[in-house]
Amino acid sequence: MKLTDKAEEILEALWIESEENGKGYAELDRMEIHPSDAAYQELASQALVEIKGGRIYFRPEGKEEGRKTIRRHRLAERLMMDVLNIRGENGDMKACQFEHLLNEGVDVKVCTMLNHPATCPHGKPIPAGECCEEARRIGDLGVVPLTELKSGDEGDIAYILTEDGKKMQKLMAMGVLPGNRITLLQAFPSYIFRVGFSEFAIDSAMAREIFVRR
Amino acid sequence: MAFWKKKGSCHEVPTVESAGARKVALVGNPNVGKSVLFNALTGAYVTVSNYPGTSVEVSRGNAVIDGETFEIVDTPGMYSILPITEEERVAREILLNERPYLVLHVLDARNLERMLPMTLQLIEAELPVVLVVNIMDEAARMGLEIDIAELSRRLGIPVIGAATAKKVGLPEIRAAIAKGHPGQDSASFRYSRLMESDIAEVADLLRGEYILSRKAVALLLLQGDEEVAALVRDVEGENWGVVEPGVREKRFERRESLHLDLSMERKTIVKKVLDGTFSAPSKRVVTLAERISRLTVRPATGVPLLLIVLYFGLYKFVGDFGAGTLVDVLEGTVFEKWFNPWITGVVNGIIPWGPVRDLFVGEYGIITLGIRYAVGIILPIVATFFLFFSMLEDSGYFPRLAFLVDRIFKSIGLTGRAVIPMVLGFGCDTMATMVTRTLETVRERVLATLLLALAIPCSAQLGVILSLLSKSPGALLVWSLCLLGIFLLVGLIAAKVVPGETPMFYMEIPPMRLPQWSNVLTKTYTRMQWYFMEILPLFVVASVLLWLGKITHFFEKMVDAMTPVMGALGLPRETAVAFIFGFFRRDYGAAGLYDLQTKGLMNPRQLTVAAVTLTLFIPCVAQFLIMKKERGMKVALGIGLFVSSFAFGSGWVLNKFLLATGIL
Repeated sequence: MKLTDKAEEILEALWIESEENGKGYAELDRMEIHPSDAAYQELASQALVEIKGGRIYFRPEGKEEGRKTIRRHRLAERLMMDVLNIRGENGDMKACQFEHLLNEGVDVKVCTMLNHPATCPHGKPIPAGECCEEARRIGDLGVVPLTELKSGDEGDIAYILTEDGKKMQKLMAMGVLPGNRITLLQAFPSYIFRVGFSEFAIDSAMAREIFVRR
Repeated sequence: MAFWKKKGSCHEVPTVESAGARKVALVGNPNVGKSVLFNALTGAYVTVSNYPGTSVEVSRGNAVIDGETFEIVDTPGMYSILPITEEERVAREILLNERPYLVLHVLDARNLERMLPMTLQLIEAELPVVLVVNIMDEAARMGLEIDIAELSRRLGIPVIGAATAKKVGLPEIRAAIAKGHPGQDSASFRYSRLMESDIAEVADLLRGEYILSRKAVALLLLQGDEEVAALVRDVEGENWGVVEPGVREKRFERRESLHLDLSMERKTIVKKVLDGTFSAPSKRVVTLAERISRLTVRPATGVPLLLIVLYFGLYKFVGDFGAGTLVDVLEGTVFEKWFNPWITGVVNGIIPWGPVRDLFVGEYGIITLGIRYAVGIILPIVATFFLFFSMLEDSGYFPRLAFLVDRIFKSIGLTGRAVIPMVLGFGCDTMATMVTRTLETVRERVLATLLLALAIPCSAQLGVILSLLSKSPGALLVWSLCLLGIFLLVGLIAAKVVPGETPMFYMEIPPMRLPQWSNVLTKTYTRMQWYFMEILPLFVVASVLLWLGKITHFFEKMVDAMTPVMGALGLPRETAVAFIFGFFRRDYGAAGLYDLQTKGLMNPRQLTVAAVTLTLFIPCVAQFLIMKKERGMKVALGIGLFVSSFAFGSGWVLNKFLLATGIL
């Protein structure tokens, strides 16, 4: 059964307190959601948490649920920041609303699109999902910026992500076109790559905008 | 193509006498051998001039083929007929305004796939295109095979395989020029149905006559080309009211990815054209040049290599040989021993009046001082420097150097690209200031101009100062550290203070090649020629002014006026003379110091302070004039004032510091 939004938020808060801060529990009166809220009852009745002595604990099934919930929250944050470019408080707020939609396989799609990120924009870890494990197992590195390649690595140009139209035209004129084969020849002090039979030097700001499928 | 190709004067108006001659425009990417082809076709009558209204240089020359004279125009490198940079804009202007009788599109055989999209654009624009597939020799060495005849059939235009550096294909190119364009069937390729119909919708709105085909004009409108939009507005008159909304609507419909779609469709067409006409070996052939190239860009090997190049090129060749051996012969022997005594005798025999004699052969005489400095001291130094610089340029080393220093240059607000004017500055700061126009943003140009004016000593100055300070190694060390420190410090601060966006760095790295002697010598010669046109008059004027100053006693008053300043720097009052010289040219001032030192008037501390101050001191008059021309009066004045006060300030601090620590 799908949990209410409030119940999910309790699970997230508990995950941070209990697992990430390593306390093993959370103090009820320090929770943002008031202890009298019905959401606690909802969680307890589904045997996800246990409340005793003013403290709230995970039960085993609850811990798994908490893990998934925090994962959805942080994926939503990444989505807001990286793709929709909504930042700051507004981004956090929108992420809080958005996360509740990321269930029943939507999270897998978002996670794959974001190339299985390991941390949220605030630097906190995103617990790995099954899709992440699968990607790691088959070695699918997905689409990465040119900066992530090692010198000597080759790949196909997937897309160019830039808001500067002139830069886009320049890159395209240099042969940086989706589908073209690109070889990174050197990654320090700046980047040298080869497309076709020509070599080009670019700085890291430009290298970050060329995305390559390995 | 050369990074920099200044030949002859900088007049604004083209002067080739070929009013009625048919024009042949050479177009293409940078580094495909356009300039070599241009030189091979034209020979002697070459003029380089700024394109009207811009600071981009265009070379024009005449070629006589089968008794008919053609005007050959070497356009700046362009990647696409939709221009981004000022160079590309000028190149297109030439196509648009000068109605060439033939357009030779020169491209690099190794990069057919990347460069053919522009051929498609030229064909689509219904320009009279002949394709020159150049650098076939190196392509063959890499195992590439190109079927020129089939390529020509598929594109529907004449195609010539060539290796212009080896003079292969030149007769065919000349024949093609003489024959002219056969006239073409409408373009043999098409975009996707959707793209074609979108283009047609816009093209059908056009009523006017254009040099480019309506299809090309429509495409440029769709891509948001403002110049073409302005042109169409003029041509269409009232009809613009119909065209403009049509364009706007289509642009909105395709706002997502028109540029990308177009590039991808062109790429598909090119792939089809090349299928069966172009084949590459499955295994890449790694050439020796590529191996050397790798060594120059890896920091671990590139930095030592750079030091070796600088040591042998600058220190040994320019410093020891140019500023040492050659100057000794020319200045010491030819001028001091033979020419000056002889000319003094001649002049004294003709002119009875003392002051007029002095004008020509006195202490500050036009001949004995002006010509002696220019020919005896400056000429050998800049000649060796330009030779060194042209060789580096021709070998393709500069883009690699630019790559190596890009990160460091970013911290002073520049990109690696700026390394070319900076290195050139060690030859002639005036010339280098002119070359800063190749930098992309105004901010970079201002920063580079400032650093050139302040901290980069030109070769003439460098030569004299090195020989001045070489007697006391400590002084040389202090001087170098001061300049390096000031270069970085002022760069860091200026980068913070001057507003503007962070520049981006991208550069094509052309294959390394052995410099060709003929090319290197031509470049050196044209640079020398420019330099002499520029400096010789100034040296003469300076001599005249100094002579005037001397006979009117104004000069002595100036020396008196500067005495307190010299005192503050801890320098003897005679140094003021060197600084007054230095106002005319910095190297001239340094040469003045040289005279003082030989008279034994200065100790090492004073010499160091004077050398640092003079190196930083106001740019020479010529450089100031170019600064004004390139950057405008306000910026030039600002930089001039800053540099002068900074120079004396640094001198004062350095003097106090040296006195307090007693290092020298």
